[in-house]
Amino acid sequence: MPSTTAGTINVLLFASYADAFGARQVAAPIAAPCRVSELVEALRTLPGGTRLPARPLVAINRAWSPMDAAITAGDEVAVIPPVAGG
Amino acid sequence: MSREVLPHIALVADEINVASLIDCVSDDGIGAVTVFLGTVRNVNDGRTVTGIDYEAYGPMAESELRAIAAELVTAMPELRLAIAHRTGTLGLGEVSVAIAAGHAHRAQALDASRAAIEAIKKRVPIWKREHYAEGDWGWVDPTQQRALALAPVSS
Repeated sequence: MPSTTAGTINVLLFASYADAFGARQVAAPIAAPCRVSELVEALRTLPGGTRLPARPLVAINRAWSPMDAAITAGDEVAVIPPVAGG
Repeated sequence: MSREVLPHIALVADEINVASLIDCVSDDGIGAVTVFLGTVRNVNDGRTVTGIDYEAYGPMAESELRAIAAELVTAMPELRLAIAHRTGTLGLGEVSVAIAAGHAHRAQALDASRAAIEAIKKRVPIWKREHYAEGDWGWVDPTQQRALALAPVSS
């Protein structure tokens, strides 16, 4: 289950982004509430984070969310590589 | 008579049972059933492919599949849909995605399967890692590939 310790937001990672960070979850160094764009900036400061594009796809509570969407404590947050199903 | 049936949606780790999907969309009021199968191909972007690992953000993939099916049924109220997508490691020729669409009439059944696969490719969080004959591998990124643009069937 995603959990948020003080001052960080837990982020789910998949596929090439999990490879970039070497983990399937990371604690982004930013406190909720914040905007998706701020979360992405915080993620890009972590080791491997520069492999994230500036505007990756993001889902909050399993719904696609724009860069200006708000993240609140307890949200399930995922940063999602370009999808390739089918 | 048609009856109200919810679309059947599944993300599965084992072989897709296509016959059961067809069963889900068939009844006496159905005059056309289409089946679309996506299968693992031996070449992509000029590389020889030997297999594909499928990874999914499971809960969101299922909810997006359900949303796609619901949108199509809203647009075509008599439509019956069943969709299954694989996860895990697939060999050449294996079925990665199967869509069965049933309707009283063929045009809607054909349109629905096309619309469903196009929507799946755009918005369902599933990824594939291709294994190549040289022993290396790579994540497929449709935003970076050259030859994936689909030409319209007709205008």
